[in-house]
Amino acid sequence: MHVHFLDPYQPRTSPIHAMDGRAKFLLTVAFILTVSLTPMAAWPIYILLFALVLSVEILSALGIWYVLKRALLALPFMLAAFPVIFTVGQTTLFSFSLGAWTLTAHSEGLERFISIAVKSWLSVQAAILMAASTPFPELLQAMRAVGIPRLLVSMFGMMWRYSFVLVDEALRLMRARAARSGQSSQAGAKAGGSVLWRARLTGGMAGSLFLRAFERSDRIYVAMLSRGYDGEVRSVPLPPMTSATWAELLAGLACLGLLLFSGILFWG
Amino acid sequence: MHIPDGFLSTLVAVIFWGFSAIAVAYALRRVGKDLGERQVPLMGVLAAAIFAGQLLNFSVTGGTSGHLLGAALATILLGPWAAVIVLTSVVSIQALIFQDGGLLALGANLFNMAVIGVTVSYFVYTSVKKLARGRSWGLFVGGFLAAWLSIVVASLSAALQLALSGTSPANISVPAMSGIHMLIGIGEGLITVGALAFLYSARRDLFTPVGSSPKGGALVWVFGLAIALALAVLSPLASTHPDGLMWVARQHGFLDAARAPFYKVLPSYIFPGISNKAVSTIAASILGTLLVFGVALGVAYLRRKKVV
Amino acid sequence: MHHSIEVEHLSFSYPDGHPALVDVSLHIAPGEKVALVGPNGAGKSTLVLHLNGILSGDGRVQVCGLEVGEKTLGRVRAAVGLVFQNPDDQLFSPTVYEDVAFGPLYQGLGPEEVAARVAAALSAVSMQPYARRVSHHLSVGEKKRIAIATVLSMTPEVLVLDEPTSGLDPRARRALIHLLCDLPMTMLVSSHDLAMVRELLPRMVIMDEGRIVADGPTQALMQDGRLLEAHGLEIP
Repeated sequence: MHVHFLDPYQPRTSPIHAMDGRAKFLLTVAFILTVSLTPMAAWPIYILLFALVLSVEILSALGIWYVLKRALLALPFMLAAFPVIFTVGQTTLFSFSLGAWTLTAHSEGLERFISIAVKSWLSVQAAILMAASTPFPELLQAMRAVGIPRLLVSMFGMMWRYSFVLVDEALRLMRARAARSGQSSQAGAKAGGSVLWRARLTGGMAGSLFLRAFERSDRIYVAMLSRGYDGEVRSVPLPPMTSATWAELLAGLACLGLLLFSGILFWG
Repeated sequence: MHIPDGFLSTLVAVIFWGFSAIAVAYALRRVGKDLGERQVPLMGVLAAAIFAGQLLNFSVTGGTSGHLLGAALATILLGPWAAVIVLTSVVSIQALIFQDGGLLALGANLFNMAVIGVTVSYFVYTSVKKLARGRSWGLFVGGFLAAWLSIVVASLSAALQLALSGTSPANISVPAMSGIHMLIGIGEGLITVGALAFLYSARRDLFTPVGSSPKGGALVWVFGLAIALALAVLSPLASTHPDGLMWVARQHGFLDAARAPFYKVLPSYIFPGISNKAVSTIAASILGTLLVFGVALGVAYLRRKKVV
Repeated sequence: MHHSIEVEHLSFSYPDGHPALVDVSLHIAPGEKVALVGPNGAGKSTLVLHLNGILSGDGRVQVCGLEVGEKTLGRVRAAVGLVFQNPDDQLFSPTVYEDVAFGPLYQGLGPEEVAARVAAALSAVSMQPYARRVSHHLSVGEKKRIAIATVLSMTPEVLVLDEPTSGLDPRARRALIHLLCDLPMTMLVSSHDLAMVRELLPRMVIMDEGRIVADGPTQALMQDGRLLEAHGLEIP
C-alpha cells in the first residue's frame, strides 16, 4: 500500500514541466511577492495577474480545474478577514442592527476584504502550479540554489522521503485500531470508550510512531556510515543554468515588475 | 493556524521571515554542535514522524476530531533546538506540498509554530519539571501544560500578525483565535500525554533530551519568558486599540508604531478600574471558551447517559 | 595476497550484557561465496556489523588486508559493501540517482567519475531507467536491487548481504538470485533461504548462540539433517 497523496507532482509533457525547477521556484516566489505588494483594490492589475497565472496553468497541461479546485483551499480562512468589512473605512454601504449592536458595512472595508480574497486566491494558484509541475527533488535543488543551508535541505529531503514510509505506518496503525473498534452486542455497553481513553490511545499510537522513527533513524545512520558518511553534507553538484532558463526567468520577472510598477503608480 | 498568502501585509511577512531565519540559523548551529553526525537522519525521520502523526486523529464528540501539532512533544523528546529544526521542516514541507500556509507567510507561520510553540513548550515543561523535583507526575502535567500553552500562545501570535497586517481587527481576532485554540489545545495536551506515557513505559532512556545543555538553557528560559510576557501584554493592548494598530501598521512599521499606544494604554491595563475594556475582552473570551467547552462536554455526557 | 575477510577470536557483548559473539574465527578468500546461516539471535547480524567497523569487539578483524580500526574506517567501508535487510533503511535520498551517488561522493570522487560509477552500478543491477525515480514508488524487489547498486557504486572488494531474498515474491527472488550469480566479487550472504544457499553459495558457515558451529562445503553440510535441526534449520 503506497501513499501517493504526499507527492503533488503530476507528470505531464508541457513547457512548464520542462522548465528548470530553480526558475519556477524563483518566479513563483516573485509572483506571490508581486501580488502581496500590489495595492488594495487595484482591480485591473489583479485581472492581469490572474490572466498571467491562468495562461501558465493552461500551458502546463494540468487542466485549469485541477488548479482552481485546489485553490479553494484558502477559502475557509477568509472568515478571519470578514470583520474587516465592518471595521475599516468611512463610506457607509449599509448598516443593520442585531439587538443592542449596530453593524455598519463600509465600501472601503468591502474592497479590502475582496482584495485579500483575490490576493490569497492568486497566490495559492501559483503555489499549486509549482508543486504540481515540479518533482520535489528539483524543488530541493532550487532551495539549495537559492542559498538555503545544505544541512537544512538534506533534512527536508530525508523528511520527505520517510514521510511516505511513516504515513504508511500511521495508516496501518489506524486501520488496526478501526479493526478492533467493534461494538459489543451486550446491552448497556457503550462503544468507543471515553474521550480521554480515546485520546490516550491515539497518544499511544503517536508515541509508537515516534519510537519506530527513532529506531529507524538509528538504522539509517548505520546505513549512511556504511557508505562512508562522515557528518558533512555532500551532494551532487547542480547542473548549470542554461541561457534559455535565464531568459525565461528574466522575462517572467520583467512582466511581474511591470505589473507591480503600474499597480503602485495608479493605485498606490 | 497556518496562515495562507494574502492575509499578511508584505512588511509583516518580511519582518517575521527575518525573525524566523535568525532563529532557525541559530538552532541549526546548536543542533550541529549537540548531535553532530547523527543530526541529519534523526531530524529528518522525526520530522517525518510528526508529519505522519498529524494524520492521527481521534473523534472528540460528534463529527469533530482532534489532532496533533507536535511542538511540545518534539521539544520534550529532542530539546528545544532540535525541535525548532524538526518543526521548521514540517511546516515548510506542508506549505510547499499541501499549500497549507502560504510561501510568503511561511516566515510568520514558522515563527508561530516552530519558534513560539517550541519556546513556550520548553519554558513550561522545564518549569513544571523543576517544581516536581524529579517525580514522574512532572513529566505528564508538564507535557499537558506545555502542549496546551504552546498552541494557545502560537495562536495569539498568529492573531497579532493578522491584526498588524490590517486583515483582522485585533479585538476580534485575538479572542476568536485564542478561544478556539484553547479548545484545540486540550486535544493536543491529551495526545501529547498519551504519547509520553507510551514512551515512558517503552523507552525511559529517551527522556534525557539531547541538546538541552545548561549553558544555553538559561538563555532560552529567559527568552521564552520574555516572549510569553510580551504576547500576554500585547494581546489585550491590541484588543483595545485595533484601529490604532492598523493605521500605524499601514503608515510606519511595527517598531515605531508600538510606542504611541504603548504609553497610553499600559497604565489602564495595569489598573483595570480605570479602563476595563481590555479586561472585559479577555474575560469575555475566557467565558465564551468555557461556555463552548461546557456545551461540548455536556453533549458528550448526555450521549453517554442515553445508552445506559 | 590477502584474505578478503579475516576474523580472529572475535568476542562481543552488547551494553546490556548479552554476549552476542563468543570467540568467532572466520577466513574468507578472495572470490569465495559464503553463506552465513543460523537461527535468529545467533549473532549473524552482529558479526556482519563488525566487518565494516560499525561495532567493535575484542579480537582481530581484518578486511582486504586492512585492520579494521578508527583510522581505516573510510577505506574499510569502501572495500566492504554492506547491504542491509530492509531496503527502506538504505534508500534515504530523494532520488535513486542520489542514493547510488552517495558512496562515490563520500569517497571524494569528482562529478564525472561519480556519474560513471552510478551508470555502471545501475546497469550491473539492470536498473538504468530508474535513475530519476523516487525510491518510495518502487516495488520491494526493485528497491532491493537499487540497494545493492548503492553499494556497488563504491566498487567494493567484498559484498556482504543480510537476508537479500526476504520479502520477495518468487519472480523477484529468481531475478535477485540471477543478479547475485553474475556479480564477481567475494560474497558473504546471511540468509534463512536455504534453497538459495544451496543454489548459489558453495560454502556454508553455521552460527548458533554467538559461536560458529560448522564451516564447510554447503553440499556436505546440507546432507546432515541432525546438524541442521540442532541449530534451528531445515533441509530445503
